[in-house]
Amino acid sequence: MALLARLRLTSEEEAQLTSQLTKILHYMDKLGALDTSGIEPFTHALDNVPALREDKVSNTPDPDNLLANAPAREHTFFLVPKIIE
Amino acid sequence: MSLYSLTLYEASRKLRKREISSRELTDAVFRRISDTDAAIRSHITLCHEAALAQAKQADERLEQEQTASPLLGVPIAIKDNFLTKGVRTTCASRMLGEFNPPYDATTVVKIRSAGAVITGKTNLDEFAMGSSAENSAFFSTHNPWNLNHVPGGSSGGSAAAVAADQCMAALGTDTGGSIRQPAAFCGIVGLKPTYGLVSRYGIISFASSMDQVGPMTKDVRDCALLLEAISGHDPADSTSVNRPAVRYSESLTGDVKGIRLGVPKEYFTDGLQPEVKQSVLDAIDKLQKCGAVVREISLPHTEYAVAVYYIVATAEASSNLARYDGMRFGHRAAGEDLSETYMLTRQEGFGPEVKRRIMLGTYALSAGYYDAYYLKAQQVRTLIRRDFEEAFNLCDAIITPTSPTTAFKMGEKKENPLEMYLSDICTISINLAGVPALSVPCGFDSKGLPVGMQIIGKYFDEPTVLRIAYAYEQQTGWHKARPKLS
Repeated sequence: MALLARLRLTSEEEAQLTSQLTKILHYMDKLGALDTSGIEPFTHALDNVPALREDKVSNTPDPDNLLANAPAREHTFFLVPKIIE
Repeated sequence: MSLYSLTLYEASRKLRKREISSRELTDAVFRRISDTDAAIRSHITLCHEAALAQAKQADERLEQEQTASPLLGVPIAIKDNFLTKGVRTTCASRMLGEFNPPYDATTVVKIRSAGAVITGKTNLDEFAMGSSAENSAFFSTHNPWNLNHVPGGSSGGSAAAVAADQCMAALGTDTGGSIRQPAAFCGIVGLKPTYGLVSRYGIISFASSMDQVGPMTKDVRDCALLLEAISGHDPADSTSVNRPAVRYSESLTGDVKGIRLGVPKEYFTDGLQPEVKQSVLDAIDKLQKCGAVVREISLPHTEYAVAVYYIVATAEASSNLARYDGMRFGHRAAGEDLSETYMLTRQEGFGPEVKRRIMLGTYALSAGYYDAYYLKAQQVRTLIRRDFEEAFNLCDAIITPTSPTTAFKMGEKKENPLEMYLSDICTISINLAGVPALSVPCGFDSKGLPVGMQIIGKYFDEPTVLRIAYAYEQQTGWHKARPKLS
């Protein structure tokens, strides 16, 4: 599960999380007692909210501003570790 | 009376009459911060220099503009999960320790153009995950009413700052009670608006189907004024709703005659601190004497809300926080290869509660468990929403405590996450359904800690919620009480 979440955990963290999550999941099992057959799962608080707007460019490219927080950059690119061996 | 203790409305009136200048007010607020913040620790970042420049601008505008916003020249604090251009925004996480946003959140744009003076960025639980502000990666905030107690969370810094008169008002966010519970713990007013009423653009995402921005203020009038300033449609937030603007302050009539109040029996059970129960029942009695019609109602799925919330919220959080991979912004660890860089970045950048929630959410969404947890939770969420819909056939608003207890001691629940989660029982159903709810001070316990009453309304019926809260407030003096700070 930690791998799925891309989290590295120490063995202490792992032991603590396992016991805490077991307790929390045990508590959540109370939902199993409820009959929900035929109940639609919730999707949005409000019906009829138009989710789409016109696809119009409203901002101007500003690479220096956007790259200002990059851990590493080169020219107008994010510099990242090697992806393909 | 010192300038820092003014409400937003009072300060605005004095500014417009030119009895005081924004500069004087801003100076008074920053003196107050330097006198009190060593003990309270509400702010992660102070913006003193920028605030003085904004005050100067405000004073110029006040000379010229006849119909300015009530925010013009008024010092306001902002929770540190709102993007503020040019002001470090950390979300109380090491992951964003040095993050300097390239743009402002829509709500920040709104209060900036209204002419508010931004005092600084307030402390919170890391990524807004927590109920005590103790999950901040940097430090804990203390409750101004008793420094050994928590201010609540996650908007604990904003609540403490308002209660300690370090600003006229503050902005917070509320995903499961993060505005209302700290407002109750600190004896101030806090409103979570209807989902979609206020733009979420530029708010650091936690659980997108429940996150909402709202006002945290010294009284109900201020709450209405600040809501007027921040609400409204935003094309940059696809969940924001396009509706005509409402003058919320006009709903403050002081009259609740004939308003039907529902009191859900599930919220007044054994787990409630007796003094909290008594204060809220007394408040209901007071509203009844003012002409409101009170009846018992039922929200039968209340007991499932905590389980549903901590599945849905963590599932959304685990997806939202996947963006923190160390590539484009935020912390990046030095790994041997890409995969190790991801893993180490997230190990070093996130604190224990955030890791716990990412793990829980990843589990709830994973193949084989999805149906049993996530899908099941969303079905029960439909039942919780139906509870509210049915209740609102019988009443115009619902009254409950905001929290089952007053502010707990620092450290008391930090080692027991499930117990901390259960303390959110009164507030989370509201986020699951998406309806609005407000916390208003309604008394003190024997230790002198504030009690909050929660008023829940129909979708977009903030006017009724504010009207009830205002009528109650006018009958009592709770909101005028201030903590004694040396």
